[in-house]
Amino acid sequence: MKRQMVTIDGNEAAAYVAHKLNEVIAIYPITPSSNMGEWADEWSSQGRKNLWGTVPSVTEMQSEGGAAGAVHGALQTGALSTTFTASQGLLLMIPNMFKIAGELTSTVFHVSARALAHNALSIFGDHSDVMSTRAAGWGMLASNSVQEVMDFALISQAATLEARVPFIHFFDGFRTSHEVQKIEQLTDEDLRALISDDLVQAHRLRGLTPDNPVMRGTAQNPDVYFQGRESCNPYYDACPDIVQKAMDAFAKVVGRSYKLFDYVGSPTAERVIIIMGSGAEAAQEALEYLNAKGANLGLLKVHLFRPFSVKHFLGALPATVKSIAVLDRTKEPGALGEPLYMDVLSALSEGLMEGTAPVKTMPRVIGGRYGLSSKEFTPAMVKAVFDELGKPKPKNHFTIGIIDDVTNSSLTYDANFSTEPDDVFRGMFYGLGADGTVGANKNSIKIIGEDTDFYAQGYFVYDSKKSGSTTTSHLRFGPRPIRSTYLITTAKFIACHQWFFLEKFDVLKAALPGSTFLLNSMYGPDEVWQHLPRHIQEQLISKKIKFYVIDAYKVGTATGMGGRVNTIMQTCFFAISGVLPKDVAIESIKKSIKKTYGKKGDQIVQQNYQAVDATIANLHEVKVPATASSTITMPPVVPNTAPEFIKSVTAQIIAGFGDDLPVSKMPVDGTFPTGTTQWEKRNIALEIPVWDPVTCIQCNKCAMVCPHAAIRTKVYDAALLPKAPATFKGVDYKGPEYKGMKYTVQVAPEDCTGCELCVDVCPAKNKSEVRLKAINMAAQPPIRETEHANFNFFLGLPEADRTTVKVDSVKGAQFLQPLFEFSGACSGCGETPYVKLVSQLFGDRTIVANATGCSSIYGGNLPTTPWSKNKDGRGPAWSNSLFEDNAEFGLGMRLTVDKHQVMAQELLQGLAAQVGDDLAKGILEAKQTDEAGIKAQRDRVAVLKQKLAGITTPEAKSLTTLADTLVKRSIWIIGGDGWAYDIGFGGLDHVLASGKNVNILVLDTEVYSNTGGQMSKSTPRSAVAKFAAGGKPLAKKDLGRIAMTYGGVYVAQVAMGQNDLQTIRAFLEADAYDGPAIIIAYSHCIAHGIDMGRGMVNQKAAVESGHWPLYRFNPLTLAEGKNPLKLDSKPPKMRFDEYAYMETRYKMLTKSNPEEAKRLMAIADEDAKARWKWFEEAAREWETGAKTGSN
Amino acid sequence: MDLSTSYLGLKLKNPLVPSASPLSRTLDGIKRMEDAGAAAIVMYSLFEEQIHHEAAELEHYLSYGTQSFAEALSYFPETGEYNLGPDEYIEHIRKAKEAVDIPIIGSLNGISTGGWIQYAKKIQDAGANALELNVYYIPTDPKLSGAAVEQRYLDVLKAVKSTVTIPVAMKLSPFFSSMAHMAAQLDQAGADGLVMFNRFYQPDLDIEGLEVVPNVTLSTSQAIRLPLRWVAVLYGRVKASLAATSGVHSAQDVVKLLMAGADVTQICSSLLLHGPGRIGEILQELDRWLLEHEYTSVKQMRGSMSQKSVADPSAFERANYMKALNRFK
Repeated sequence: MKRQMVTIDGNEAAAYVAHKLNEVIAIYPITPSSNMGEWADEWSSQGRKNLWGTVPSVTEMQSEGGAAGAVHGALQTGALSTTFTASQGLLLMIPNMFKIAGELTSTVFHVSARALAHNALSIFGDHSDVMSTRAAGWGMLASNSVQEVMDFALISQAATLEARVPFIHFFDGFRTSHEVQKIEQLTDEDLRALISDDLVQAHRLRGLTPDNPVMRGTAQNPDVYFQGRESCNPYYDACPDIVQKAMDAFAKVVGRSYKLFDYVGSPTAERVIIIMGSGAEAAQEALEYLNAKGANLGLLKVHLFRPFSVKHFLGALPATVKSIAVLDRTKEPGALGEPLYMDVLSALSEGLMEGTAPVKTMPRVIGGRYGLSSKEFTPAMVKAVFDELGKPKPKNHFTIGIIDDVTNSSLTYDANFSTEPDDVFRGMFYGLGADGTVGANKNSIKIIGEDTDFYAQGYFVYDSKKSGSTTTSHLRFGPRPIRSTYLITTAKFIACHQWFFLEKFDVLKAALPGSTFLLNSMYGPDEVWQHLPRHIQEQLISKKIKFYVIDAYKVGTATGMGGRVNTIMQTCFFAISGVLPKDVAIESIKKSIKKTYGKKGDQIVQQNYQAVDATIANLHEVKVPATASSTITMPPVVPNTAPEFIKSVTAQIIAGFGDDLPVSKMPVDGTFPTGTTQWEKRNIALEIPVWDPVTCIQCNKCAMVCPHAAIRTKVYDAALLPKAPATFKGVDYKGPEYKGMKYTVQVAPEDCTGCELCVDVCPAKNKSEVRLKAINMAAQPPIRETEHANFNFFLGLPEADRTTVKVDSVKGAQFLQPLFEFSGACSGCGETPYVKLVSQLFGDRTIVANATGCSSIYGGNLPTTPWSKNKDGRGPAWSNSLFEDNAEFGLGMRLTVDKHQVMAQELLQGLAAQVGDDLAKGILEAKQTDEAGIKAQRDRVAVLKQKLAGITTPEAKSLTTLADTLVKRSIWIIGGDGWAYDIGFGGLDHVLASGKNVNILVLDTEVYSNTGGQMSKSTPRSAVAKFAAGGKPLAKKDLGRIAMTYGGVYVAQVAMGQNDLQTIRAFLEADAYDGPAIIIAYSHCIAHGIDMGRGMVNQKAAVESGHWPLYRFNPLTLAEGKNPLKLDSKPPKMRFDEYAYMETRYKMLTKSNPEEAKRLMAIADEDAKARWKWFEEAAREWETGAKTGSN
Repeated sequence: MDLSTSYLGLKLKNPLVPSASPLSRTLDGIKRMEDAGAAAIVMYSLFEEQIHHEAAELEHYLSYGTQSFAEALSYFPETGEYNLGPDEYIEHIRKAKEAVDIPIIGSLNGISTGGWIQYAKKIQDAGANALELNVYYIPTDPKLSGAAVEQRYLDVLKAVKSTVTIPVAMKLSPFFSSMAHMAAQLDQAGADGLVMFNRFYQPDLDIEGLEVVPNVTLSTSQAIRLPLRWVAVLYGRVKASLAATSGVHSAQDVVKLLMAGADVTQICSSLLLHGPGRIGEILQELDRWLLEHEYTSVKQMRGSMSQKSVADPSAFERANYMKALNRFK
């Protein structure tokens, strides 16, 4: 049977084989492996069968630890079972991995290898995770390319069944897991040829059964444990040969031949690089290039890292080798060297000692690190390593790809060295996430991969923002399989899908002489030139670039495509790149449109067809003049007034030059300044709100809901107004509390994302033209500069006096300075308004423990952080530990604060006489129950510190460092539902039971948002999510009710869009409560499939349908003999389905499976009714005198 | 009593046909109308906007925010085929046809000659016995002439007629300068029936919330006056069947419209108020009325009081206006 060529990424390749060869799959989402689980789940839900004709069961667990446990159980009962994971997820599996290996159990875990979190998390690829599992006793097989991923997924499965050693099959996260390649898909016959049914059945028969009961997992004593540990040796000894046997069998069936250690290059090479993973592909490309030019080099590509076979390793080395560089894609601080290096050294030493080595004398071996967190690894770097090997004293323990100016470990390399062959087409496409560029490029690759004989490769780079994010697509097509596992730096075709990129990036930097440039331009071929920045003009001329423009927005508007210019730009690409004949290309595009959109209705298909047809007529070549005339230059990334760190580090990262930053510029322990988003003016909103003071009723609701703190309000002395810029608006404050003062609503024009939430919640309407509100959207560019000046003036106005602001009101709270601003969250995010509120109410005395997830990414992903500080330099201090331990992490912070407070009090008592008894008494007895009380304490502590400065005792010195803890501090533990309901629930539960004064904010989007919408236990019944493609069959977990069972926990459920005042009260009460408090906040989300600008309307509906009752459970009222539960929302006004069908997550099931949608919705409706009934009953007022537990 | 009539070339057992309404959204509702005696059923309308927008909306929300952020390249699982509104509608017609024995008349509501017209064919293929075309159009553009509006109706009709072989009825607005001429043009363009008239939802203003609110009011018997006149005027002047709709609440209303010349009367508000059972009650009343007044069939009375058949044809014209006013002196 002829094998099909498919154009897929590494994750799909692994999942394809894993789904065919397993019966039970347990999964948990983690980047970059999530897609493997999603593929498996989708295929199973579509009824796709495995090799033995049954549909594998796919189960999402609460954590990777849970997934490993479930797989362990499945294996122990005889199923073929697998999971997919990466990074910290793999670390959570380690305890079970020891067990699984110890029990000699056949399984393969497929791992898209990813960096581990140290002082910073990274989602990108390296081998830190898999290397951390070395001791567990698993086989470790590395795939270097997408084709190898498919091949080794099979080979590892065949090997594990025979060897009984479990396997990690790993490949590089993103570089391989997300790289799209044209590969040969294995057939069922191939799989059958490699997988022995006898071995499968033997595995099954080893499973636990009451029909033949045994026990496995005993506890052993010093007498036998050791011997037991050694009993597995023969299996490990035999394993390498078994893997090679599987590789040989594979070669016989499929034709591709692999070795445990694949040697390529000259058989007489003296210099050899040893490497594994995707870097081996770039290394091979470099080696072949250099050898073709006369070099005599070798490359040893490691596939089977564990069990490490000295025999096979030595057998693969050329006898001529004199120097070896071992490249590790991981870092083990304090180790003698990284793992592969250490193994190579040991293997060579053993070989020389035993006389089995091909060499007579020990070659010079150096180890080096490369490619951490998907750092580029290019042929230029490979060449530098080979060059280093040629030196008399090559540098050991080197790094390559960075500039290490601290310990000078790095090798220098010539970045201009390129091995890219001429017959490979290379194109780069700059787009916005929102314009569909990546999707179109994925389609283009498929078209070229499937409709031509060309090999194709696509790799996509995204920035770290969730709104207005930019994407760069790197596409290669060529006559041979493509080994270029690095980004394109010399391109034959460059497309810029957004005009404003011209002033943001040097989009033509990679353009080769004679290349083609396609620009989406609102200016036609005759007028575009004068609008181009100078650096673009100059490169167009000097590189003799063929230049084309299209007004894709015009074509998009005319054909109903709107801002999604993907199809139009794709058509242009095919029309001018010459990759395919134009007519063939257009036919292929239409075929791919039908395939992509067909299931969403013919209308979409037709619309795209129209866009294709309308494109060619609007595509124009531009005649490039002989001289550059432009005076437009790229503006500075940050203003000159920015702090030094921002200019020298942050701005470099923003500008895309982070790769050039040397080691010395990086904080050694991961400590970064806060308040940095203010320097990153992103200007992503096409329209921004404009305030109409006449219509405004000064309610401050706009500021309350703004997810980006980009619309703010202030009251200030009227005398300040005359100094304002001419267009600055200020009016008399309405209301008695600030009589005679002025009031302003001001927009941060360059930070606003244009979501329109503020306009949507604005309750005021213009009396003469009701379509207008007190804030209305207007085009940003014409008012950008004036509003920028106005915003700067606004920032200079004094902040409200916290001691007099009425914080328990929407209006008052919004006069408090937000210390969480301009985050990279989605435009219209439903989480950030709550986070911002915490920062306003308590920010100057808060430490935040942030679970990994959306909030840690928009809160802490470089280059900038939205967490900021006030004029006194106070603000939230923030840290992220892990995904699973956030509650415990926050509790630890509380324990410190409490301990330090006690220590400070103890010291102060001892020093009372010296600092003054009154001051000491004042501090020790201070009531810090409101802002005024806190301010007074802060003032007293300031006096105390002054006094302590004059005392030289160790106690005084110690108290100086502890004195600030005498001011009330809040701990806010923040995370999403994936953390609180699932992976972190055990810890959360324990912290709730601790009695300690922590505040837990659960940003409940009812789905794993950050990893792309997987089901959590918070997902409501009948909603569609990943891993619940058929609608979630079970009801949502009620975290609030669970928390209430403790009795001593403050619990609130809030939804700002329905009752903003109740939200504020809950936050204040939670913070005031001297014990654990948890707030569960309904957060509308992009993963709900809603109009984000109307998210507050969805919040309102969630409450009014009874789905999300608002309540506060305050244990303090229990002490008064009253029911602690107060219901803050009214009986449902609408049916659950009326709310639910406002959202795509529910509605899509009515389109994909109407009968099931109906069935689930009926039950979900009952859920909502029952929930409401329970709360109504539970919140009933107690009869006077009733006590808890009595009657 | 012979209540039978013929409409769009279909033999109907009586002249009572429920018009497009939410009652036909469920198979249960359709069966109950049949059980109550409905002669045929006009299905609820498939809107051009629904055909266009539902797919676009789904595509928008399923793709919104995708391929933008490395950790979340999408937010929803890929599922198989989506069963979009139009497909559901077609499927519903197919099921309706299987569930009942009376004719099912599909209803398409739109104003352009765009891609949605292909759904006429799909409705036919699903088994509909006829198609009612509802051009619900409020021309608000001051630059748009009356002639252009009329042409739009004709274009839509022709486009649909060229794609189907089942009879096509045109549901009309009463707002034409020359109603009779318009009817004649549609008749010539091949309309198999004229349905008079559309009841346009009249917007209302919420003066507290400062919003325009759609205000759906049900008709009363009063409303039959408008179709009554035009059915009476057109009877015998066009080949097309005539259906009267608006304000049919009682057997008396039915009798009036039949006498004016209607082949069938379409009923909606009354069924929404009283349930499908109301059809049976009206039919019983009609039967009784005919018996009491010694009619032997519906056919006998049809058009008996049309403009052509009454002693004073001007009663349907301007002269009648003077007469009506005089009564108040």
